[in-house]
Amino acid sequence: MSQEKLQSHTVQTTGHAWDGDLQEYNNPIPDWWLYAFYISVLAAVAYWFTYPAWPIGNGFTTGFDQITYVNDKGVTKTTHWNTRALLMHETNEAVAAQKPYFDKVAAMPFEQIAKNPELNSFVLSAGKQLFSDNCAACHQQGGGGKMDFAPNLTDDDWLYGGHYANIQQTITDGRHGYMPPFAEVLTDAQMTQLADYVLSLSHNAVNPESAKAGDVLFHSETAACYYCHGVDAKGRQAHGSANLTDSIWLWADVPDAKTIPLKEAAVKNVIRTGLNKGVMPSWKDRLSAEQIKLLTVYVHELGGGK
Amino acid sequence: MFNFKHEWIETNVGLLLVLVMLAISIGGLVEIAPLFLIKNTVEKVDGVRPYTPLELRGRDIYQREGCYLCHSQMIRPFRDEALRYGHYSLAAESEYDHPFQWGSKRTGPDLARVGKKYSNEWQVAHLTSPRSMVPESVMPNFPWLEKNELNISDIKERMEALRKVGVPYSLTKSEYQANVKQFGAATAEMLSIPDARKNLIAQAESGNYDGDPSRITEMDALVAYLQVLGTMVDFSKYDDDAFVKYR
Repeated sequence: MSQEKLQSHTVQTTGHAWDGDLQEYNNPIPDWWLYAFYISVLAAVAYWFTYPAWPIGNGFTTGFDQITYVNDKGVTKTTHWNTRALLMHETNEAVAAQKPYFDKVAAMPFEQIAKNPELNSFVLSAGKQLFSDNCAACHQQGGGGKMDFAPNLTDDDWLYGGHYANIQQTITDGRHGYMPPFAEVLTDAQMTQLADYVLSLSHNAVNPESAKAGDVLFHSETAACYYCHGVDAKGRQAHGSANLTDSIWLWADVPDAKTIPLKEAAVKNVIRTGLNKGVMPSWKDRLSAEQIKLLTVYVHELGGGK
Repeated sequence: MFNFKHEWIETNVGLLLVLVMLAISIGGLVEIAPLFLIKNTVEKVDGVRPYTPLELRGRDIYQREGCYLCHSQMIRPFRDEALRYGHYSLAAESEYDHPFQWGSKRTGPDLARVGKKYSNEWQVAHLTSPRSMVPESVMPNFPWLEKNELNISDIKERMEALRKVGVPYSLTKSEYQANVKQFGAATAEMLSIPDARKNLIAQAESGNYDGDPSRITEMDALVAYLQVLGTMVDFSKYDDDAFVKYR
């Protein structure tokens, strides 16, 4: 900076010169800022006395402020102010507001909850939230499910049963899908015949001769498919085995396969490798019994409940 | 009369150095030291244990991939977090975490209680290709986890390092006995450093986390770690306000 400019500047310097000519402007903090700073120092001291603040030995100063909450046993307690008690305090109000509804849901049989307009709208709004937080990761938003991963909950097809009690049990205890692999039991030709039979049940235009041979295999002791899928191939919900006579597919992507050979390949792949997946987690440790009941009604109402 | 001038400090580098160090030391003593001594803020709960060797390797991969940059592991005591994620996190739950993974940034959801929330299959499919499961996700794909064989050559050294900072992995018979007393025999077995490799392989094979029993991959380890997060404490055993007094 040139000498002229420095001299024309109205701000004073600190008056000290380093190395002969190095000077420093004296620009003090504005008064309002300084007083705000002093006030905030005083506020900090007030805070120390009001809230938990200083560690002392094995404990800490708890402060004078108090907070009152009601615990889950219905006992009213007063303690020093802290965020965990504040959570209980704030939750009390919301829990109290929802309690009449949850109590009614818990006490009422499933069928009547859906018929009660007030409760039904509670189930739909709270259920949607619970479903989005917990179920949508697999069953997708809206419950449409995912091919080769999680069943569609909006249709009329239920692996483990679509009655209220079935859905409640599925959510509470979880599920684990299983089908043994047939790679070492059946030849490739036999698996093709079985695939053709299974596809013929949902009216795909497969080779009728092959489907007929598959029919025999299906009900034979060699493949013994009927053990789990039933003589009528409609599945057994006690096993979680699929209904093979409808057009709803979970593990073999038949709807997306455009040609008969591709459809055959999709079904054969399941027969060959079997299934050891379709795991639904158990929710009994994560959700309360009332929340599970509410979700049961919600899922039942998604479309296809029995 | 003693006339103090700030100029003395500003013009004397040696004095400035000493006084700066003094100021920082006092700040450190007041703010940091009590955290090592104060016991009344760490909740006394059953169930918290150090990670098994496989979970530990999963935790290493969690850090290597930078999961903590987008995911926190700290559920705060707020109502919205309690509704979405579950019980607020306890100090005791990260007792054996070095370093802890609380994080300060949530681009993705908090993972403090993600354990057992989803199936192993979901975790594998989601880690490999997140948008196949959650269409609106912005999480990167991690396809190499399923392909990479898990390096377990240095598992003992990793556990020994953590032992040095106070995690009770056992080297000697007496340490093992102490673990049996504290955690029970089955857990104590998993914390034994000499048996680490055997235990890691056994857990990966029986758990089959990545769905491929033939090999132990980084996916096995990471899913094993994710599935244990936040599951160690059984909160049904405690009253809702059992942890209020620690704050």
